[in-house]
Amino acid sequence: MGGIPHDHYEPKTKGEKWLHSRLPIVGLMYATLTAPTPKNLNWMWIWGIVLTFCLVLQIVTGIVLAMHYTPHVDNAFASVEHIMRDVNGGYMLRYMHANGASLFFVAVYAHIFRGLYYGSYKAPREVTWIIGMLIYLLMMATGFMGYVLPWGQMSFWGATVITGLFGAIPFIGESIQTLLLGGPAVDNATLNRFFSLHYLLPFVIAGLVILHIWAFHTTGNNNPTGVEVRRGSKEEAEKDTLPFWPYFVIKDLFALAVILVVFFAVVGFMPNYLGHPDNYIEANALSTPAHIVPEWYFLPFYAILRAFTSEVWVVQIASFVTGGIIDAKFFGVLAMFGAIAVMALVPWLDTSSVRSGRFRPMFKWWFALLVIDFFALMWLGAMPAEEPYASFSLIASAYWFAYFLVILPLLGVIEKPDAQPATIEEDFAAHYGGDAEKSAE
Amino acid sequence: MLKKLAISTVAAATLATGAFAAGGAGHIEDFDFSFEGPFGAFDQNQLQRGLQVYTEVCSACHGLKFVPIRTLADEGGPHLPEDQVRAYAAQFDIYDAALDEDVPRKPSDFFPESALENAPDLSLMAKARAGFHGPYGLGINQFVKGIGGTEYIASILTGYTGEEKEQAGVTFYENTAFPGGWIAMAPPLYGEDVEFSDGHDNDLHHIAADVSAFLMWTAEPKMMARKQAGVVGVLLLTLLSVLLYMTNKKLWAPHKKKH
Repeated sequence: MGGIPHDHYEPKTKGEKWLHSRLPIVGLMYATLTAPTPKNLNWMWIWGIVLTFCLVLQIVTGIVLAMHYTPHVDNAFASVEHIMRDVNGGYMLRYMHANGASLFFVAVYAHIFRGLYYGSYKAPREVTWIIGMLIYLLMMATGFMGYVLPWGQMSFWGATVITGLFGAIPFIGESIQTLLLGGPAVDNATLNRFFSLHYLLPFVIAGLVILHIWAFHTTGNNNPTGVEVRRGSKEEAEKDTLPFWPYFVIKDLFALAVILVVFFAVVGFMPNYLGHPDNYIEANALSTPAHIVPEWYFLPFYAILRAFTSEVWVVQIASFVTGGIIDAKFFGVLAMFGAIAVMALVPWLDTSSVRSGRFRPMFKWWFALLVIDFFALMWLGAMPAEEPYASFSLIASAYWFAYFLVILPLLGVIEKPDAQPATIEEDFAAHYGGDAEKSAE
Repeated sequence: MLKKLAISTVAAATLATGAFAAGGAGHIEDFDFSFEGPFGAFDQNQLQRGLQVYTEVCSACHGLKFVPIRTLADEGGPHLPEDQVRAYAAQFDIYDAALDEDVPRKPSDFFPESALENAPDLSLMAKARAGFHGPYGLGINQFVKGIGGTEYIASILTGYTGEEKEQAGVTFYENTAFPGGWIAMAPPLYGEDVEFSDGHDNDLHHIAADVSAFLMWTAEPKMMARKQAGVVGVLLLTLLSVLLYMTNKKLWAPHKKKH
């Protein structure tokens, strides 16, 4: 793993050797479980396990839900009620699935911001980062289509608004929108293809997760210091690392158990807290809800989408320069996808040679502001599109782009980083003492 | 001026559907219901009274099309005896295509749909409205108070001021709980609209609460089972957390010797 010297699986018995020469699957499992892992990983390194659990939870509950669900505009809403009332444990399945999506996004945002703070995206982990961003995009697509399936008011109107975004693309937008919807408007064809894709995409995500894990097993884990594991010899590497099993498996499972306590409290006692009441009203094409709000996990990017109205000078310039091809609506769409694109490009936007934010005195503050900005955007996304929220949204959106496009490139040049520990062992010893001094002699 | 404009825009917008996530809605009274909180349970007698209020008053216009009549016999719900459920079902007719005539419903049938076109179905009403949105529209108080669909319904039923106005040929009634303040539904309850066989209080406040509780049950009939599953899940996972915490501590101890 990552060129970190470690033991390899040696087949011993005749049977083991027979299998190993044909399919080295035991060796793969051995390598995965014994992967040398930086021993100073902190509690922000537990989200990977939580995310893996979420994917499995969503697939398992989802498959059972699909056995009882009917993807037809006349029956979808009633079939969900059938699940809630008549299917054994159906209410738990559905609430776990609905809230499981929220847990999934809580975990993925924590995971992403962990990566952003500790510079996990930096060389040589760019591919891991890019695959992660693809997973995140697919998660959003899957989550969005899943929310349409119950065929409530917010399902229907959310689908109408979001697919409408693609209609804003000049020239080809309308064709894309029609393709997405399977017709001129959200209807049975839309529901059917969303159901089909909602079932398919999680398996694509599972495939990408394997690539994601493969990629960071190739480079080795990052860690809170950003200092690489020493690779000179096996003895040296073992001072910086501990095997994944049992040290990190048990630690991660403990964290997962604590998170699941909260999860089960939400599912058991307030399962509709994160949903929207309007989605318990059956979809009605003739009655528009007063306030169409996406699920909470889309709100930051929804706020960016809405921030760029035709009154904003940047939008006016863009419109003027392109002869009206880029109007306010399309600009908003570009901004929303751009906000994710700049995040995906961060490995090449961050010019600092120091990986971890822990040793970057100026970066820390800008990063803290980015986290606040993210929550501010989330709040603004839920507010009506009127003053003062519109102005706040614009400022918050501007900061999001400024962080990635201006601040990160500049900081690498002007910032004077703090001293970093020479080794992971030294960092670990500073926190916990232990056998570090012995070897430091 | 801007603020006034904003408020009136919000009010106008919410009048259309009644549900609004970001506050600015009518006044919702915080009723006490037996099923609130992690250990709360439906009050069987209250559900039966609520069923009576629904049947004698609400059902004239509103349906419960997602609720199978047989579930009235469910434990944790109104828990009516089988024969009463059969008798209850038989009072509603249903069209039988094979006979080409209306026949009495059986417990396996659903409650009828709304009799009045403009009257929304009430099956899920208690989950389709949120009573509490504060502070600042963040909805954080729902952590403590619950989403408040039942409070919303009860507040609507008790929120009529007696004022009326006519607009484009439709009569609207002033209601302190309804977003926008004017509702198209005439006051359905005045108090003492129903007589309970056990002589339970039948003033407006009581029957409004009773029928709201019943509608919470129609919206979430498996609430008790869900909360039990929640309690079991939380307890078992807490135990698992403690065990894993101790395992983890012991596992790492040799590597984390403090000097």
